[in-house]
Amino acid sequence: METVALDVNGVRREVQVEPRTLLVELIRDHLGLTGTKVGCDTSQCGACTIHLDGKAVKSCTVLAVQADGSSVTTIEGLTQNGALHPIQEAFWAKHGLQCGFCTPGMIMVTAELLAAGGSPTDEEIRNALEGNLCRCTGYENIVRAIHEAATKKTGVSA
Amino acid sequence: MTTEITEASTTQVIGKPIKRVEDPRLITGSAKYLDDLKLPGMAYVAIVRSPYAHARIRGIRTRAALHHAGVIGVFTGADFEHLNPLPCAWQAGGTENFVVTPRALEIDRVTFTGAGVAAVVAETEAAAEDALALIEVDWEPLPAVVDAEAAVVEAAPQIHENAASNIVMDWHCGDADATAQALAESDVVVEQRLVNQRLIPTAIEPRGAAAQYDASTGEYTVWMTSQAPHVMRLLMTAFVFGISETKMRCISPQVGGAFGSKIYLYPEYVLMAALAQKVGRPVKWFETRRENYVATTHGRDHITYLRVGAKQDGTITALDADTYANLGGVLSTIAPGVPTTLYGRMLSGAYRIPAIHCRVRGVYTNTSMVDAYRGAGRPEATYVVERAVDLVARKLGLDPVEVRRRNFIPPDAFPYDPAGILAGLEYDSGDYEKALGRALEIVGYDDFRTKQEQARRDGRYLGIGFSTYVELCGVAPSAWIGVGGEGWGAGLWESANVRVHLTGKVVVTAGTQSHGQGHETTLAQVVASELGVPVEDVTVEHSDTQGTPFGYGTYGSRSAAVGAIAVHTSVQRIKEKARRIAAHMLEAPVDDVVFEDGRAYVKGAPDTAKTIQEIAGAAALGYDLPPGDEPFLDDTAYYDPPNCTFPFGTHIAIVEIDGETGEVTLQRYVAVDDVGTVINPLIVDGQVHGGIAQGISQALWEGAVYDEDGQLLTSSLMEYAVPKAAFFPPFEVDRTETPTPVNPLGVKGAGETGTIASTVAVVNAVADALAPLGIQHIDMPLTAERVWRAIEEAKA
Repeated sequence: METVALDVNGVRREVQVEPRTLLVELIRDHLGLTGTKVGCDTSQCGACTIHLDGKAVKSCTVLAVQADGSSVTTIEGLTQNGALHPIQEAFWAKHGLQCGFCTPGMIMVTAELLAAGGSPTDEEIRNALEGNLCRCTGYENIVRAIHEAATKKTGVSA
Repeated sequence: MTTEITEASTTQVIGKPIKRVEDPRLITGSAKYLDDLKLPGMAYVAIVRSPYAHARIRGIRTRAALHHAGVIGVFTGADFEHLNPLPCAWQAGGTENFVVTPRALEIDRVTFTGAGVAAVVAETEAAAEDALALIEVDWEPLPAVVDAEAAVVEAAPQIHENAASNIVMDWHCGDADATAQALAESDVVVEQRLVNQRLIPTAIEPRGAAAQYDASTGEYTVWMTSQAPHVMRLLMTAFVFGISETKMRCISPQVGGAFGSKIYLYPEYVLMAALAQKVGRPVKWFETRRENYVATTHGRDHITYLRVGAKQDGTITALDADTYANLGGVLSTIAPGVPTTLYGRMLSGAYRIPAIHCRVRGVYTNTSMVDAYRGAGRPEATYVVERAVDLVARKLGLDPVEVRRRNFIPPDAFPYDPAGILAGLEYDSGDYEKALGRALEIVGYDDFRTKQEQARRDGRYLGIGFSTYVELCGVAPSAWIGVGGEGWGAGLWESANVRVHLTGKVVVTAGTQSHGQGHETTLAQVVASELGVPVEDVTVEHSDTQGTPFGYGTYGSRSAAVGAIAVHTSVQRIKEKARRIAAHMLEAPVDDVVFEDGRAYVKGAPDTAKTIQEIAGAAALGYDLPPGDEPFLDDTAYYDPPNCTFPFGTHIAIVEIDGETGEVTLQRYVAVDDVGTVINPLIVDGQVHGGIAQGISQALWEGAVYDEDGQLLTSSLMEYAVPKAAFFPPFEVDRTETPTPVNPLGVKGAGETGTIASTVAVVNAVADALAPLGIQHIDMPLTAERVWRAIEEAKA
């Protein structure tokens, strides 16, 4: 067993894990933060996207021990004191989700895209989603939601 | 369409784009899906699956796995011999079906790669996975066949003893003689072999199940990723376990997409219930994506020989389709019904075709089970009909739009009987020209042909493709679809209970199951509008056999066209009772009291009104009720529609093809759908977008590929082309609204139109682009390689 110490959604956590444990397993199974999803076993679907030290990463592709000393933000960490993050609001308003399974990953990758500020074009948004699959929406309303979030989001960071 | 969000706290909300009430739990990550479920003492299950497509099991050695750290038990098919094979609940109507279905674990033989033969139960998922590698199966591989056409020839391996030539059923509809004669008398006959390739549904949430067993009561609780929990309970208890239906509770937690693939009873669901009983602990299994690709059903996989006849002016005179439908190594729950009732009976499309005949041979092959995938039969039918119309237009040198117009069923011809192939049902309503006209206007068809001519002069391959489809939703009535008719082994009505509590808050429980469609919003909109209460006062509960009335679940775009009508029916009866109670409160004759927008008042005296909340309070208290009335406003309805509904529309694709590489670029996509009355345009647009994406993807990218030994080569998301955001242009979506006369809301259903319509629009566009080269048809998916090969062949 290895000890992994990391900051998750602003809270210091210490977890004992097998060396082979994936970061997504630490998040879901050890910490019980099940908002982060697993939809494949080949790092294609992006449902497990979280922020690791401010960067959007697929948490199925990182070993838990590699995250030792890091700071992690999951979908549960976006909501502040019960108030939805502007990206969450935008996904809701634009019907940017149907079954919701890819949504946490979509929102986390959007948070990275919009962290830089500015208003990405349609093409930039679609390209930014290249690591995240959605089977319900045809991406149409996800793109609209991200435009909406870019418009509404003023200085709020993930 | 651009839609402005309507705030929820109004009551007249049918047709309003209300934000979904289910979304807060989904956007914050607090929704609980199957794999988020953790019960005290839970053990984890992993399954040994066949690496061969066809093999005998000589023996299974489990001892090493049993001794592995953390392993609780190892089980094989022999441990569950007492359980019946899973039922095939929809066999093709009017003909004999030669049925073989899967077992919880196969015992002596497997007929597809991925069939489960042993299971490990362990303390952790990792321990269960590790122990899998220690189980040794002594396999005797047998010859395999993967192609439906190849499976029916004499030399093909025989897969099941009871199915000669590997044929599940040989089904016909329409008039063979009349069609043959009409074809013989046609000015032109076009023949084409059409392949509608196998697809893998790929809901982003894979499947899973968990179960616990209470030995003191003999009761099972089973959680599973299901579109139809009541049906799961019925099939498991009555058909597989042989126990009382009341001894099992089935729950679908939050379900992460399905597209048909989660309708069926799967071996693993039975296995989890059986294992929970065996090990005396709660157990859970959640599919890996690789398992999902072999163990969850696939869709489509038709080979069709089309013959279509026409007069010189483009009038279609006859259509004959001879189809091989690949159903896999064993039959999934409703497999034979999909390529028969939902396919053959829709081969008239939007057209008056005087003679139609269809033959479908369902075929066993050594491949994964095939069952309904979004659209289920209607995309395959639409593909045949809409390709047929284009092939006729090409043959006669006519504009495909004009050929469509020449053959459309006119608006005054409804109800319309399409040459008897609907077995007694009729198309309900339609205005096909109106949707076509709107779509042509959006796309700017008047200028397009000029632009195309210019492009062709510049050496560019620009093409436009049309799909003026009609489909069928809300399959019913029960007596038509049922055992004596189309072979569905049950009814197909839907249920709802509506209760107005003392406080005026409303709880709806429904037999349908929402896995992304937003029923908690749309059903609330129906109640709010009819009862005159704010939407936020209506709570919709579903997906648990405990606490909801029996219902058949959600598939076939039935939740609005059937389920919402059950809700509507209950609300009408509640309003009637509310009116009686209000009359009693107002000391007025019932006939003098009207109920309108949440208020009951004496005609001409609206200021006397009692609100629905006041009436509900009086009804719940029961202190002073009209003679003969029971307390409480509570009603359960079971709605069995008199007919299916028939949505329609026009989809148009514009593509440009790179002549050097064969790459197809989808430039524009226009969809005008008519799904009858729209309850929530935000949700309907979303359904249409998602369907379009899946349909386009079939045309251009997706396809399951097996090698000749039955190994699935597209066995993960690395090989199977699930489309990404950058693959698509923005969709240009509009609609017309032609309410159905079938139900009081006028709703037709909107879940599958996009998938049904879009595939062939794109294929027609590619064929149009390549027309100058004389290319008549290329089979899907129209990848760069396939298109390039066709171009090179045409040039040679």
